[in-house]
Amino acid sequence: MAEALLALRDIRVQHGATTALEVSSFDVHAGEVVAVIGPNGAGKSTLLRVMGLLQQPGSGSVYFRGEQATPKNSLEMRRCMASVFQEPLLLNGTVYANAALGLKLRGLPGDQIHKKLWPWLARLGIAHLTSRQVRTLSGGEAQRTSLARGLVLDPDLILLDEPFSALDAPTREALLLDLREILAETRITTVMVTHDLQEAAALGERIGVLSQGKLLQLASQREIFTRPVSEGVAAIVGMETRIPGVIEQTAHGITTVRFNGGTARVRADFPPGAKVTLCIRPEDIDVNHYLGERNCPKEKICIRGNVLRISPSIAHYRIAIQAEFGCVTALASKSSFTELSLREGDDVSASFRLAAVHVI
Amino acid sequence: MRRLNTVVLCLAAAFSSFSALKLAPGAEPKGRNVILSTTTSTQDSGLLDILVPLFEKQTGYTVKTISVGTGQALALAAKGDADVTLVHAPSLEKQYVAEGKLLNRRLVMYNDFVIIGPRSDPAKIKPAKTASAALRLIEQSKSRFVSRGDNSGTHNLEKTLWKEAGIKPKGPWYIEAGQGMGATLGIANERNAYTITDRGTYLALGSRIILPILGQGDKALLNIYSVMEVNPANGPRINTAGGMAFADFMVAPQTQSVIKSFGVEKFGQPLFVPVAGKREEELGV
Amino acid sequence: MELIWQGIFKAVELVFGGDSEVWAITWLSLKISATATLISLLLGIPLGILLALSRFPGRAIAVALVNTGMGLPPVVVGLFISILLWRSGPLGFLELIYTPSAMIIAQVVIAFPIVAGLTMASFQSLDPNLALQLLGIGASKLQALWLLCKEARLPLLAAVMAGFGGVISEVGASMMVGGNIRAQTRVLTTATVLETSKGNFDIAIALGLILLALCFALNFLLTHIQQRGQMRWPRLS
Repeated sequence: MAEALLALRDIRVQHGATTALEVSSFDVHAGEVVAVIGPNGAGKSTLLRVMGLLQQPGSGSVYFRGEQATPKNSLEMRRCMASVFQEPLLLNGTVYANAALGLKLRGLPGDQIHKKLWPWLARLGIAHLTSRQVRTLSGGEAQRTSLARGLVLDPDLILLDEPFSALDAPTREALLLDLREILAETRITTVMVTHDLQEAAALGERIGVLSQGKLLQLASQREIFTRPVSEGVAAIVGMETRIPGVIEQTAHGITTVRFNGGTARVRADFPPGAKVTLCIRPEDIDVNHYLGERNCPKEKICIRGNVLRISPSIAHYRIAIQAEFGCVTALASKSSFTELSLREGDDVSASFRLAAVHVI
Repeated sequence: MRRLNTVVLCLAAAFSSFSALKLAPGAEPKGRNVILSTTTSTQDSGLLDILVPLFEKQTGYTVKTISVGTGQALALAAKGDADVTLVHAPSLEKQYVAEGKLLNRRLVMYNDFVIIGPRSDPAKIKPAKTASAALRLIEQSKSRFVSRGDNSGTHNLEKTLWKEAGIKPKGPWYIEAGQGMGATLGIANERNAYTITDRGTYLALGSRIILPILGQGDKALLNIYSVMEVNPANGPRINTAGGMAFADFMVAPQTQSVIKSFGVEKFGQPLFVPVAGKREEELGV
Repeated sequence: MELIWQGIFKAVELVFGGDSEVWAITWLSLKISATATLISLLLGIPLGILLALSRFPGRAIAVALVNTGMGLPPVVVGLFISILLWRSGPLGFLELIYTPSAMIIAQVVIAFPIVAGLTMASFQSLDPNLALQLLGIGASKLQALWLLCKEARLPLLAAVMAGFGGVISEVGASMMVGGNIRAQTRVLTTATVLETSKGNFDIAIALGLILLALCFALNFLLTHIQQRGQMRWPRLS
């Protein structure tokens, strides 16, 4: 395994009495894009600041290219990185002056700056704004300037702290797509912190889950979204339906779990009698009017319940169903919803394939 | 444009640093300084602007003239924060001499005070024989009167006169200015009121003051200037030699003749009468 | 009103007629106040930045002291410094009383809290993440500090102007520690008081006008630097 570009070891950051961040190990490999998700207050910004050598942890070390970061070499190391924050944080002046700032700080002469900067301004679509004063920019334009400022430095590592959260939806989508392309082209090592799962899914090859200062899981995107290691992670990654159950028996690698709505045969490695939780993503749950127990297809598990709440969204409906043991959340496309014409209180059956179940 | 601003700011900084260095302590030779405490009216008369440079040229000393109120001038000398003092408040001076704070009191000169007032003279003080009699007439008629009100030599003289007249001045007619002679005259002028002023300031203000002199010549209106040296025991670093040199200078015959001719050119009459060597009882107008 | 016209004519006469004493007084005023302001900037700006950006025990007290210092009456400052510098005082051996240096010291005491307080306010008006962002694109601590100063240029220059304006126009402290001695410590403000008390109102007004002109010229220059490229507020209808 290639040596990590950036490695955190035994990091601990205290804010008074509370522990803001506690990470024993976090490796970022060259060329990869890591997204870190978690609720507000999880310590994501603190993590990014520690990685960017902008904040010294109470204890622990940061290693960049295998070398430990110390106050002596931190400026040198910082100059191999670039940080972009939620707010553009531009200085009074023109777009060009702001985007060129990082290069100027490193002492590059004007013509070299121009040569390096111009392609990036074009790439981010702000080349026509170079002589505009930053206070006249829109949110998206300002954030693009901030990104240009970071990207032009050709950093070994770029750290993004919720760079899209201050933007409106269409601007966010456009910028997200642009950034995705840029990262794919340049293969700059990226760590991005966000509370938005869509952003993390769009950009992150690996995803880390942070909650209350602790790194709960760090794995590939697929792992994170389909096989969270704990209920806490499951809640964060959007596995909204969580059914408590008990292992009945294990035979030939297939385990039977008993839960309140019946039994299920899943692939899991737990001893009989163990208390487990079945987790299913809302996208994997279908809803239909209840037509009797026997109408459940063979490969699927069906659960009966009442429609509790219908929440419309842009392209689908989120349906909360009250079952005996708790809540099941399903996602229905607009077309199927209209076909079924569901209403709150309706007697329905939520069904999902066994393969979609993750047991923890 | 940005470059110009940087240049200007650098120049300003350089200039300030340079002048700071020049103004730093040590730029003045020590032991050559004589601190003279005197009163504002003495300073305002302009006499010292002639005499001090003369003294400096003759002796090579540098005089620091501190002109403040009479009380403060004497207090500074008593603390040893002056080397020599020139004031005109005989009763106060005698107290300090009696206490031993000030030494070698010598008369230098006198000028006199006059009573000025409205041309119509509503209190009819013109025929009065003495200054205190005039003040009594003013109080009786409740005519407006402006007092220095600042415990200066002039104010003390005024207070002595009221005491002689047996009156404690009080009421809306009695205006206490709390300021220097020039400002007090200005108030009297504006309010068309009586006031006591030294002849020197009155002449210096000339046509600006429209109130005529209505009372003068009483011996009580004499304003006697004395020079006193500071007792070296009053404090550290007193320039005894310098103080004595200045006091000697003030009573020297050459200086006395300069005093005699001061003001003649400008006002047609001298402002001061030199009296070094005389005694107070001998003085009369 | 006539007095003011007299004052204006007198001012023109004194300045352009080359009255050397008036020139000397003006020059001394400028030297003393510029030096005092410069020292106040050297002391006050770092203190202001420190108070704005860092947290340390006792910071609240330090801030309260600075804010109180901004309103110190100059004559009280003059009195206290006189007491220190008099021969009878603890610092009498320095023999600074009645010298321009004493006036500079007094003016620094007056101006330095003003500069520190306004600098602190100007830095506190910056986005707290801005410093982090600058470090995050590779600025050294010194570079970041310089950029923050440039960003806070508007209120910072206001601090400079307030500091300078406060001392070149004060008279209480200058009078007490300087003594208004001719050719030594007489400055525009103390000379104005003298001429007023002598009743020479035209000269007093003239000196006052010269002082105002001096302040205006300097502030015009600083304001020009300050206001360059500033946002204009939209017309409110």
